[in-house]
This record gives sequence, C-alpha cells and structure tokens, in this order.
Amino acid sequence: MLEIPCPWCGPRNESEFVCAGEADRKRPSDPEAETEEAWADYLFNSTNPKGVVREWWWHVSGCTRWFQIDRDTVTHEITPVEESSK
Amino acid sequence: MKRFSIFSLARNALTGHRHWEKMWRSPDPKREYDVVIIGGGGHGLGAAYFLAKEHGITNVAVLEKGWLGGGNTGRNTMTVRSNFLREDSVPFHEMSLDLYHQLSRDLNYNLMVSQRGMITFIQSSAANRVALQMANTMHIYGAEYRMLTLDEVKQKIPIFDPSPDMRLPVRGGVYQPRASMVRHDAVAWGFARAADARGVDIIQNCEVTGIQQENGAVTGVETTRGLIKARKIGMAVAGHGSVVASMVGQRLPITTQPLQAWVSEPVKPVLNEIVVIRSYYGTYLMQSDKGEIVVGQGCDPYPSYAQRGTFPIIEDATTSMLEVFPSFGRLKLLRHWAGMLDIPYDGSPIISKTNTRGFYIDVAGSGGFKTTPAAAKTFAHLIAKDTPHPLAEKLGLERFSSGRLIQEGGVSANR
Repeated sequence: MLEIPCPWCGPRNESEFVCAGEADRKRPSDPEAETEEAWADYLFNSTNPKGVVREWWWHVSGCTRWFQIDRDTVTHEITPVEESSK
Repeated sequence: MKRFSIFSLARNALTGHRHWEKMWRSPDPKREYDVVIIGGGGHGLGAAYFLAKEHGITNVAVLEKGWLGGGNTGRNTMTVRSNFLREDSVPFHEMSLDLYHQLSRDLNYNLMVSQRGMITFIQSSAANRVALQMANTMHIYGAEYRMLTLDEVKQKIPIFDPSPDMRLPVRGGVYQPRASMVRHDAVAWGFARAADARGVDIIQNCEVTGIQQENGAVTGVETTRGLIKARKIGMAVAGHGSVVASMVGQRLPITTQPLQAWVSEPVKPVLNEIVVIRSYYGTYLMQSDKGEIVVGQGCDPYPSYAQRGTFPIIEDATTSMLEVFPSFGRLKLLRHWAGMLDIPYDGSPIISKTNTRGFYIDVAGSGGFKTTPAAAKTFAHLIAKDTPHPLAEKLGLERFSSGRLIQEGGVSANR
C-alpha cells in the first residue's frame, strides 16, 4: 500500500488516486508532420524503467488535483516533485 | 534422454529411485551460438525446443538469470483458455490449447493437464453482451463457448448458493469446457528436458547485461558469465521486456505491473470448474489438484517491478469471492505472490522483429502462461525464418504505428 503525497491534501492512501502514467511524455506540437512511428511512439510506448520514474498522479477521490511525483518502481520510494521544477 | 514410461518408473522404484538421470545438462556457455534466447521460462525454453524440433536449429543457448521457470512461469494461476474477443486472438489461443493438450505426449513429460472448464458469472447486461460477442467470434474458429442459465450454473457448482440480496446478482454464466489447468513448473521442465535432449544448451544463473551490435545487427550478448556471440537473439523475459529491449535502444508499448494471486490451505474437492466472478474484470478462483483454493484478480493499478502486490487488490477480490462463496471465509491463506506482467497497450501478445536486425521479441501479453506453447512455436518460426508464423502475422510491433491494434478486454489483467 502506497502513501501518496498530494500537494494539497498531504499524504493519502493510494486507493484515492489514479496513476496517470509517465510525465516525460511530450505531445508533438505538429502531429501531422510526424512519421507514423514517431506518433505511435508518443501514443503507445513507455520508458517503463526499473528504477525511478516521474509520473502524473490524479487525486480522483480527493481534491481531484493533478501533480507529479518521482517513484522508484522497485523500492516504491516516493519523492514529491517541486511545483517550480516542472 | 532416457524416456519416462511405466517401465522406467517400475525400474527406478525397485532401485530406490537412486538412478534417475538429470533431466538436463548444465553446460558452460560456448563462445558462439546461432541463436541465443534470453529468458529460461516457458516461452524461452519452448522457443528453443521448437527451434530444434521444427527448424533443425540446435546450436542454441537459453540464458536464465535465475533458475528455470522461476519468473512468471512459476507465478501464474495455471489456467489456460481461449475465450477472447478478437478474431486475431482466438485462433492463436486455440492453437495454444491444442498444443497444451498434446504436449505431454510430445515432450514425454506429464504436464498434468486437467480439463476443468471455466465458468464466467454474468452479473451485468454489459457482461452478457460481451459474452455473446465472444461466443460468436469463438464459434467461427471452432472454439466452444456457451451461455449457461442460472440453474445450469448452480448444477455445475453445487457450493454456489446465491443469496437473494447479493449486490450484483448472478444472472447466469458463460462456459468454456476446454479451459484447463496445467502444472506450470512442468511446462518449463518438460520443454527444458526435451530441448536439452535435442542439443540446446540451458545456462542458468547467467544474466544478460548488454547486447552487442554492429551496423544495426546484433552480434552477441554480454553476460555475467562472459561474452557470448550470437547471430540472432530472442528476448522472452516476462516482466523485464523494457529493461532488456532498452539494451538495443528499443522502446516498447508496454508497462510492467504486478499480478497477484494467493492460495488457501488444501481442502476436500468442492470446486471443479475455474470460476470468474464479476465477469471479465473480476476475481477468478479455482481449486488446485492438491485441494488449495487459488484466487486472483486483475493486476495492480500502477507500474512496479517489486514482485509484490498492493493490499487493496486482495481486499477487493476477497470481498467479491465471499459474496458468492460465503463458506470460503473459513479458509486460511497459505501463500501469496505476484508475477510481473509486461502488459502491451492493447493487451495482446507481441511477437515481433525490432529495429535491430537479428533481435526478436516475445512479450507475453496479459497473462502469458496460457499462450506459452503458441508463443513459443510462432516465436521460433519468426527467429528461424525471419518472417512471422501465419497465426502471429498480426502480432508484430507494426500494429502500433499502423493503428491496427488488437484490443482485448477478455484478459486477466485489464488495463
């Protein structure tokens, strides 16, 4: 069971949240100009690292806020991401 | 390889079981192989077996970082079935069932296939619609999948006694008679023994740490036991697909998530069929041949490589199990585990070439135990011939850039 640090509500139980995937994903500014492969890479591929990953989480059953954390996918250690560093 | 038979059993029984030969050798790795398979689970060992048997390629090594079948082959719930939604999925999974039902004979190794049948409870009109759609697709490919009335469900599962105040009343079920349970360890061991007998080197405690390439083609693998040259490399590493593929810079449309399961103490036979509660998104349970009640649910809701699960899944699965089988509340849990699933974006297996020549991947998909023999056979075909097997033509990575995804809702670990 993870305790997720919501920047608004503080640490809350993981079941209140939805993990919304990797945060380093950047939508191409002009999708029409992309190759099929590059567009598919944006849509479907993930880095899926064994180790620290920066993720979006959504406090859906709480304040409904979206925020980022750094989470280790092996130890489950969580570090909040400062708002200003995004 | 000395064949197992009633006579070998009798002979060894009379000599106190002291003279059974080892089931496979443990050779030191050679300097060079035609094909190196990364991952000594069911998929990797099976691919090596089919490479040797069907394509005559025997200069093959299977590299395993731990012990054989110690990954997801030893961490599933033993269930094999072919109730799927899409026309690209059903024949592939049917081939897997066909192979499972004949492999004990081919491998001369008892996989203990137990054809229990699977009943999925229908508890909503949406589930009813999906079941009918699946049944129609499956009938086209000759797979039996039929609707059961509530009375038929009760007849098949006497211990199921629906109370009138269930939160989601059971309206009936849908039944695949050919769904089976297979002894999972035996799949790895049987393939290993048969592959070894055909000359495949199985090398345990040998972790791949890097992949060497030249001019866009693989030339070998760096391992904890030194450099091993290879013309072709097949990746069959459930739960570590992104890690190994990143060694050649290949990004994959997968996330790695734990799938938990747990078993009770053994009890007398009470449950013949494999039962799925709350339809395709729900809890499944079965009674093993040893008598344990095995329970599982969908995978954990976020990526993790930790080989352990999160508690809300256990709580949720137990709640839905007790609503249907209140008497199971008296059972004591014995063991609990989690396997790491590499879940493709669309939930279907990926058996594919990559951007690096000579590097092939087999990503098992959501719940790769049921696909083991079919994936192994088609993966061996792809490695040997460099073109996909007819039944795996649509399973390549190209489907993600062409947009021709094979969306599967009927998988054990839904996105």
